[in-house]
Amino acid sequence: MTEKMFMQALGMGISEEMRADPKVFLMGEDVRASVYGAATGLHDEFGDDRILNTPLSENGFFGAAVGAAAVGMRPIVETLTSFMWVGMDQLVSQAAKMRYMFGGQATLPVVYRAVMYYGGGGAAHHSDRSYPVFMNIGGLKVVAPGTPADAKGLMKTAILDDDPVIVFEDGTLLGTRGEVPDDPDFTVPFGVANILRDGTDVTVVSIAGSVPHAIAAAEEMAKEGVSVEVIDPRTLVPLDKVTILNSVAKTGRLVVADPAAKVCSAASEIMSIVGEEAFWDLQAPMQKVASKQVHIPFAQSLEKLVYPTRDGIMEAIKKTLG
Amino acid sequence: MTSNISKDVLMLMLQRMWRIRHFELKLTEMYGAGEIGGVHLYIGEEAVAVGACAAMEDSDYIAGNHRSHGHPIAKGANLKKAMAEIFGRIDGYCKGKGGSMHLADFSVGILGESGIVGSSVPVATGAALASKLEGKDFVSAVFFGDGASNQGACHESMNLASVWNLPILFICENNQYAVTTSYKDTVAVEHISDRAQAYNMPGILVDGQDAIAMYEATSQAVQRARNGEGPTLIEALTYRFEDHSLGLEKIRKSEYREDSEIDEWRQRDPLDLLTKSIVNSGSGTQAECDAISLAAQVEVEEAAEFARNSPFPDESELYKDMFSSEMPVV
Ligand SMILES: Cc1ncc(C[n+]2csc(CCOP(=O)(O)OP(=O)(O)O)c2C)c(N)n1
Ligand SMILES: [Mg+2]
Repeated sequence: MTEKMFMQALGMGISEEMRADPKVFLMGEDVRASVYGAATGLHDEFGDDRILNTPLSENGFFGAAVGAAAVGMRPIVETLTSFMWVGMDQLVSQAAKMRYMFGGQATLPVVYRAVMYYGGGGAAHHSDRSYPVFMNIGGLKVVAPGTPADAKGLMKTAILDDDPVIVFEDGTLLGTRGEVPDDPDFTVPFGVANILRDGTDVTVVSIAGSVPHAIAAAEEMAKEGVSVEVIDPRTLVPLDKVTILNSVAKTGRLVVADPAAKVCSAASEIMSIVGEEAFWDLQAPMQKVASKQVHIPFAQSLEKLVYPTRDGIMEAIKKTLG
Repeated sequence: MTSNISKDVLMLMLQRMWRIRHFELKLTEMYGAGEIGGVHLYIGEEAVAVGACAAMEDSDYIAGNHRSHGHPIAKGANLKKAMAEIFGRIDGYCKGKGGSMHLADFSVGILGESGIVGSSVPVATGAALASKLEGKDFVSAVFFGDGASNQGACHESMNLASVWNLPILFICENNQYAVTTSYKDTVAVEHISDRAQAYNMPGILVDGQDAIAMYEATSQAVQRARNGEGPTLIEALTYRFEDHSLGLEKIRKSEYREDSEIDEWRQRDPLDLLTKSIVNSGSGTQAECDAISLAAQVEVEEAAEFARNSPFPDESELYKDMFSSEMPVV
């Protein structure tokens, strides 16, 4: 174990898998210079043939990754969530659908790394939290690590996985620090939620950048004698609903914190599952703490109103307690 | 002109072209009988796919589009599996999950086709990227229409392939129309092949009714690609003899194209042209050519019988193939 920044942990995961398998390569805009950080040092180590700077052609190179994967390579594509819209056709019509549409003939081990900046005055074109869109499409695995250790372990699993995976790298977490295993065999499985904190009174499911806020809220509530269980699903497709349902069976109360916009968010899906499968376990209405249903305003005074916060989560917890 | 082409290649091309023609004539008949739904016919354009694929190896990859019965058959796909797929049956190439626009056979290098016009162009580009990164010998080719040539995905891919010097052939089947819209109303240059200049690659205009011309142009482009000299844009001038698709009766031919134009193009039926070349050059007799047609017709009849008798996919197939391993149903 070594203390690492979230961003370094992502880079560790990538470089370890690139060392292990020559079929893994990385491409994206300005990746050689690692403008977005996680690819730092990769070009020095792996050279031009495995670290490819692309033109600004998201549709072109998102699709080229699909084609390269279809014939046996294991591409990693780096982009920002907000630029994924431009390459959306290739993500949806090709990456997501090829395997099913061709009756299982296509195996597509491709990873899209979507750096998810928000909260820093990026305004509406640079602040998307779009993972719920991809949960809805099907055929794509959707990963959203909340801690540095998970960032490394899930990145490695994504690269080793034989299906298209989108890893959402939450910009508000990139500078966070935590203990990260050095063992190159360390991975984090998909579909296994992490119980970050045990509790008995209220379950808080928190996604990506809301994880630190959920933990902070739980710590505050503990001072008031309320025991909060904090769960990070870590992967949204596949989703570990069993861990969530078991927790709700124990606590009878659910809050879901999600940095995505409220309507049809990941939180919406989780609450729908709990509503369908654990309604009789609930002792109070479930609470959704997601982003406001607005585009991200530039002005700081407005942007800070949008996302889930510790205080917002605490308020929701109190609501479930009546 | 048949100068450098062996009799084997000529006869193979004729066989594949007849397979496509009879396959689609059969589809037309079955559509009329209510056995299948609407499909896009390639009748009149067979020389493009067949001439091009004859110049490629089995280990090369192709990708097609929505009008793609011809591309897989030209590459060597199995008629029974192709027909069963169009019937939506379990023995089809995609177990009935793809249908007419998605007759992929990965085992013979067919990376699939796309119902989204222009969308398979980046995918084929990626296969060429893999070839280059791994130092392999295979090339990739993508067939797309004049309409598709206006898609950003197409332009992005051509630029990408050129800056990365990838072994790929962009084969534009200019059949003059995208549904009812003439390419003359949508393409700013005189020839789509002129656009190659902007991507610093050769742009070659070919008579797409002439299988031999297609074979020769493609052979050269394949050679360039294998030699590490990069991509080529080939524009094949051709014509769709039938409507945009079976099932689109409301788009009558005459509303956007004159009967005289259709008749003129029909004078240059690619099957007649190839047969004449073979017979006139002494590479084969009319009787040999007729026998190839007849044999293809028999194969198609067998394929139709096979498709009719294949079962529909069972309910247990519904969730299969979403991912490479079973996932819990949500
Ligand atoms: C992205 C997209 N836009 C529109 C359509 C509807 N559509 C299907 S085929 C077609 C025309 C395509 O023309 P072209 O590329 O020239 O191919 P052709 O049908 O002539 O072979 C259109 C507009 C589609 N399938 N995909
Ligand atoms: Mg056309």
